[in-house]
This record gives sequence, structure tokens and C-alpha cells, in this order.
Amino acid sequence: MRIGDAKQTYEADEAIWTSNTQKLWFGLLLLILLLFPFMADSYLLYLGCLVGIAVISTTGLNILTGFTGLISLGQAGFMGVGAYTVAWLSLNTGLPFPVTLLLAGLVAAAVGILVGLPSLRVKGLYLAIATLAASVFLHFIFAEWESVTGGMGGLSLEPAHLFGLTFQSDFRMYFIIVTLAVLMVLAARNVLRTRVGRAFIAIRDRDISAEILGINLLRYKLMSFALSSFYAGVAGGLFAYFYRVVTPESFPLSMSIFYLAAVIVGGMGNLLGGILGAAFMTLVPEALKLLTAALTPFYPNAPVFMSPMLEIIFGALIVGFLIFEPHGLAEIWHRIRRFFRLWPFRN
Amino acid sequence: MSILEINNLSLSFGGVKALQDVSFQVPENTVTTIIGPNGAGKTSLFNCISGFYKPQQGTIHYEGRELSSGIKPPKRAALGLARTFQNIALFRGMTVLDNIKLGAHVHMKSGLLGSMFYFGAARREEMEIRREVEHRIIDFLEIDHIRRQPVASLSYGLQKRVELARALAMRPKVLMLDEPVAGMNREEKEDMARFILDIREEWGVTVLMVEHDMGMVMDISDHIAVLNFGQVITEGDPGDVQKNPEVIKAYLGNSDIDSLRKKLNPEEEAA
Ligand SMILES: Nc1ncnc2c1ncn2[C@@H]1O[C@H](COP(=O)(O)OP(=O)(O)O)[C@@H](O)[C@H]1O
Ligand SMILES: [Mg+2]
Repeated sequence: MRIGDAKQTYEADEAIWTSNTQKLWFGLLLLILLLFPFMADSYLLYLGCLVGIAVISTTGLNILTGFTGLISLGQAGFMGVGAYTVAWLSLNTGLPFPVTLLLAGLVAAAVGILVGLPSLRVKGLYLAIATLAASVFLHFIFAEWESVTGGMGGLSLEPAHLFGLTFQSDFRMYFIIVTLAVLMVLAARNVLRTRVGRAFIAIRDRDISAEILGINLLRYKLMSFALSSFYAGVAGGLFAYFYRVVTPESFPLSMSIFYLAAVIVGGMGNLLGGILGAAFMTLVPEALKLLTAALTPFYPNAPVFMSPMLEIIFGALIVGFLIFEPHGLAEIWHRIRRFFRLWPFRN
Repeated sequence: MSILEINNLSLSFGGVKALQDVSFQVPENTVTTIIGPNGAGKTSLFNCISGFYKPQQGTIHYEGRELSSGIKPPKRAALGLARTFQNIALFRGMTVLDNIKLGAHVHMKSGLLGSMFYFGAARREEMEIRREVEHRIIDFLEIDHIRRQPVASLSYGLQKRVELARALAMRPKVLMLDEPVAGMNREEKEDMARFILDIREEWGVTVLMVEHDMGMVMDISDHIAVLNFGQVITEGDPGDVQKNPEVIKAYLGNSDIDSLRKKLNPEEEAA
């Protein structure tokens, strides 16, 4: 049970972690993230990196779709822009990874602003279609602008480097990815608890009243697009350094749907939900694959039978969430927390 | 002096003439009320002043400056025109505090980068706003017990009060209230009337209000304009308006003059 959280100052009242218990939990989480690569085998480490990248991109999309209410099917396209930016810079300049990743985010943000321009006029499914069109167009550019993107063959790149240190192994990449994921989630949290974030949420909830409060709709919608695609661009850049090859097929449309599903399964407009959703969407298909492998000794036909089933089970899980827990994984988490906060005085 | 001047305003939707050649003035630092039956065009007039509707004819001057159609709603808000809506337009998922802070949006500066880092300027600004909201608004409107609650969980009367709080956070010069006590019980109405008077007296804000509750209108208004079928029938102080036979007839139809008189004169009714 948590007690004694009356606040003396507004500063304390508005902090992210309003109690020592919460600070303790966050510290513990950081410690686990830090120790994980020393204990995990290479497969788990690989999954850890994938989850980290997915967390960054999902957080970005959550800002746009979950908090600003603008549906986008362009997230994979923006990640592609970031990935190609990193690949091109690493092949043509000697820039270290913090610079290339920042530029990846900025280039993606610029593209995001262009794609977001119709959002003042079109909403909902129409906006989804407009962003879909943009991502098809981006895909076309990745495939056809050979002098820059290497065409269908794509680009291979050198490992990330900084101060003479190269980040070739998953072990080293893990630290870059997780550090950025933590920082970017915290930055998103900051945005969402201050002026800009409130404006995003206001636009999502009722755009007429947002205008009456002096919020410039176009400006904030574009800002949300820029921020969201900045996150996608950085995630895409990390993706490029992680796989060290970027092709047009690296960022298919299904990936945009994957991120939208992560936001929905996790809980729209909830940062923690986005993180849980990203982990869920990355890990569940892997878990289903493991299950298949475990079944094979007993049922030699398992792979034949399971591989189409994987998609169906995965899809059914998502639909199940939409029906039984529309507020997503975040809500399940909150229920667990409420339970322990009142424990042992349940009511 | 008049802080708002409406001149020859006309607005129509297809064949429906919502406003016809409407002219009237809102004297500074008064409670000015627009009354009139449903469909008379009161809300449309508010929407013209806020910039949501573009009148086909006429002008609106605010502090001597013309509000042309190029001045969009966010800009008008920044100039000091705040309002509440007939149907509550709060952000239902947000807490009371966040709703009120949103009112201060135009008076804050933090941009995207500043908010991402938070510590430093953005944090300082958030705390200043928090302090202002707490001391000037939350205490004043007596809503400190609900500041952390999501708006959707509040009673209708409290939601109306939060909407007023949000409008006050805009530091308005003119506060437009569209039916502020509709649907409230007697006690809530009395509180609201007291707040409106205090806002005019202590904050020096001009209040422009649309209201049907004649008791309250006659009690707290300095100036009343009567609208019917999109036209101003008369304007003046409460005493004049109450006596005007045309108002009695037009405002409430001409079925039963006596009972209508009573509605317009709540004291007589009580006596
Ligand atoms: N957006 C709109 N589109 C079409 N007609 C409208 C619109 N807004 C108001 N009207 C019409 O204008 C007239 C005045 O409405 P309104 O201003 O809401 O009246 P009041 O607030 O006095 O009850 C009504 O006939 C209404 O149907
Ligand atoms: Mg109305």
C-alpha cells in the first residue's frame, strides 16, 4: 500500500514520479535493462534490440494517433526515410552515429510534415488513405532513385561508430538502442505533460474547442506529424545500423499496420501502453514460432500446420484485445497496480 | 465606451436568416445579456464574434479594431475573447487541472524542443501557470476538491463551472457565456450568478451572456439586448426591457400575457 503522498510544492506535485516507490521501480527497471545483455543469450539479445526499436517507433506513432487523434499508415515509410538517410550518410560521410541518427530523425520529420499537410482538411479513414498513398510513394522512391538508394538491391552500410569505437555486435547495439529508447520515451512523456502535449490531446478530443482556446490546428497537427516521424526516422536509423542492410523490402506496408496494431493493443493515448504493445507485437510471433519448434518432435507436421496458424492466432489475439480490453494492455497493467496499491486493504 | 460593437450584421444559412441587420453594443465592464427565444440567432451571433461563422454583411469591432474574417478563432482568443459553449465543450478525458491549463495556452511559450527537455524554461512556465490557476481560478471558483478528476466524472453543474474556469485561464477581456446556468439547480445557479458578478467587479472583465433564466438575467445584467427571428427588437437596462410590451409579446409568444409577465418579473411571482 502506498501512503503519504501529499505534496508540499507544485513542483513535487507535477513530477513524473510522485513517490519514492515509483522512483525505486524506475531505478530497478533501468538496472534490469542494464544487466539484461550480460545475462541474455544471443537470441534474447536480438529480441531485446528489436523490442527497443519497436518501442521508439510505436511511441512516435502513439503521439500522432493515440494523443493527437490522427491515424497514419505511413510509419514504415518514415522509418525507411530514416534508414536510408543513415545508410547514405554512413557510405558517403564519416559522420558518427549520434549525428547520422539525428539527421535521420530530422529528414523523416521534414517528410512527415509534408505528408501531414492534408491533415487539416481530411480526418479519420481519409487521412489513413492519404498517408497510405504517401508510403506507397516513398516505397517507389526507395526502389527507383537508384543513385541514392541503390534501387532494389538497397544499400549495405558500415557499423555505427563513435570516437573510434565501432558497434558491430548486437551486444553493443543493444546499449545504443535501449539508451535512445529510454530517453525518447521520457522526452515524449515531457511533451505530453506540458503545453504542446495538452494541445495535441485537445485537438484529438474536440478540435473546435481547441481553436477557441487559441490553438492553431494546422501548426500543432504538423508538429505532431514531425515529432512522430522524427521518432520513426531514428527507429529506422537504428534498424539500418542493426541489420546493416537497407532495401525497399525492409519497410513494407504491413510494418505500418504492425505499428498501428501495437498502439491499439497497448492502449491508444497511453505511453506505457505503446511500450507494452510494441513488446507484445514483437514477442508474440516469436513465442508462437518457439511453440511450433517445441511441438515438432511430437507432431512432425507441426510446422506445416502451424505456419499459417501463426498469422491467424496473432490476428485473433489482436481482435480479442479490441473486444475484451479496448483500453489495451495499459489498462490491465493499471488494474494490477491498483490491486497492489491498496493491498492488503482490498475493497 | 463600448468594447464590442456589432453593426448591421447579417448571416444566413441557405434560406434561413439566422441574423438580420443586427446592431448593438456591449459597454465595457458590464454584464450584457442577449435574450430571445430558441432559434432567435443568439448562438449564431456568438459564433460570428468568435470567428466560426462568417457573416455575409456587417462588421464587428472589438476595442475599436475591426474583426475582419481574416482574423481566425485562435487569433481572436489570443486577443482576449473567451467563451463557453451552450453544450459543454470540455476535453472529457482530461483532468480538471489540464482543462484549465489549456485555457492558458496562448499565454505560454514553450515549444516542442523546450517541452522535450522539460527541465529549465518549460518547467518554470508550467509551475507559473499552475500557481496562477490555483490561486486565481481554482480557489475562486471553489473547485479545489476536483482538480485531479477527469471531467467526464463530474456533475453537469461542476462541468459548467470547469468550463468557466478554463475560459478565465485565457485572461479574457470579454467573456462570452452561452447559457451558463441552463440545467443547473437553484444553488448552482446562485453560485454562478455570484461568480459572474465577481468576474466583472474584481477582474474587470466584460461579460456577454446568453441566458434564458429570467430571474438571473434581470438580477445581474446591466444591459440587455432582445433578439427575435434574427433581429434586435430592443435594448436597454433590465427595467426598460421588462416593461417593453413588444418584448413580452415577441419573446414568449402572445398566448398568456399575465403568466409571461410573471416569468419576466420573478419578484412579483415570489410575492
Ligand atoms: N451551422 C448551421 N447551419 C445551418 N443552420 C444553422 C446553423 N447554426 C444555426 N443555424 C440556424 O440559425 C438559426 C439560429 O440558431 P441559433 O443561433 O442556434 O439560435 P439560438 O442560440 O438563439 O437558439 C436557427 O434557425 C438555426 O437552425
Ligand atoms: Mg443557442
